Amino acid sequence: MSGLQRQKASNLDKPLSKGKAEVNVATFALMFSEIVQYCQNRVYTVPELQNKLSDLGQHVGNHLLDILFVRERGFKREVKLLNMLLFIKGNFWKTLFGKDADKLEQANDDERTYYIIEKEPLVNKFISVPKDKGSLNCAAFTAGIIEAVLNGANFPAKVTVHWHKGTTFMIKFEESVIARDKLVDGR
Amino acid sequence: MSRQATRGDPRKVNGELFTLTYGALVAQLLRDYEDDEEVNKQLEKMGYNIGVRLIEDFLARSNTGRCNDFRETADIISKTAFKMYLGITPVVSNWSAAGDEFSLLMENNPLIDFVELPDGHNSLNYSNIFCGVLKGALEMVQMEVDVKFVQDQLKGDSVTELRLKFIKRLEDAVPVGED
Repeated sequence: MSGLQRQKASNLDKPLSKGKAEVNVATFALMFSEIVQYCQNRVYTVPELQNKLSDLGQHVGNHLLDILFVRERGFKREVKLLNMLLFIKGNFWKTLFGKDADKLEQANDDERTYYIIEKEPLVNKFISVPKDKGSLNCAAFTAGIIEAVLNGANFPAKVTVHWHKGTTFMIKFEESVIARDKLVDGR
Repeated sequence: MSRQATRGDPRKVNGELFTLTYGALVAQLLRDYEDDEEVNKQLEKMGYNIGVRLIEDFLARSNTGRCNDFRETADIISKTAFKMYLGITPVVSNWSAAGDEFSLLMENNPLIDFVELPDGHNSLNYSNIFCGVLKGALEMVQMEVDVKFVQDQLKGDSVTELRLKFIKRLEDAVPVGED
């Protein structure tokens, strides 16, 4: 191979793009549909399929985290829980999906649990769920992205997806996150 | 759960979400198949499925009629189709003397932002999904073409080059036993 002599361009040598590039929604929808089909052929149950989609989402989230904080927040990470959640609901959602998330709520009975509610997530827009798989919500992919972003920003959490008021992403933080946040608040 | 698709709405999706999602897919395929050639094949298959469906969307929205020759097809692929779906316009060049083969040259392939091929993946055509998409879409308009990667920026080339070769016109096939 002549590949040895040829210099591969490194990503670090290129300036970070402004992230204004866009593609047609059909391009994305058809590709996502292929991803769902591929995953479905390799699993037996709906929860397995959702896990698989979430894994793929995490790959995306891991890579997005740094770009977003560098570009949108001038290299500064959020340290407060509420600010982080607002960042996800606002800036983050807007960059990815062109709009803020519809709602952010905290569970009444559990301070570790938050909900982000989106009536019609982008990834579900072109997917009709078959009758025998009523519980399937392909926004598990988006949940994976959120989870990876939270974990990467050191807010370890588990994000799951539910059909409720459209789609609800349930974010359950680890105990340590809440404890730390109280400490930060106390100062 | 009524989710009405807002068709006819020329909405766009963030390019990075698209790029990274594709990256997640390729990474998953590499984990599942552990073989570059197999991954190439799988990507082409997925692309084919996409192309077969994408062409309908394309014909419905782009108002293009039947092409008179392969040169016209090439122009429409680069100036209309690529523009519409990926926001780029590849350069059409390197026509063969017979006019049945040309190259699409891309300088800013959106699939490969943020991507570096690790060593040991010399036979992986990261963007092989293109080949499938083009093949699938053209097959639906009665053209059998062969699509190959010639140059790839991920492997150090200065442009990404896809070579399309016209094989034959497909006649509408009649199902067996129905003539």
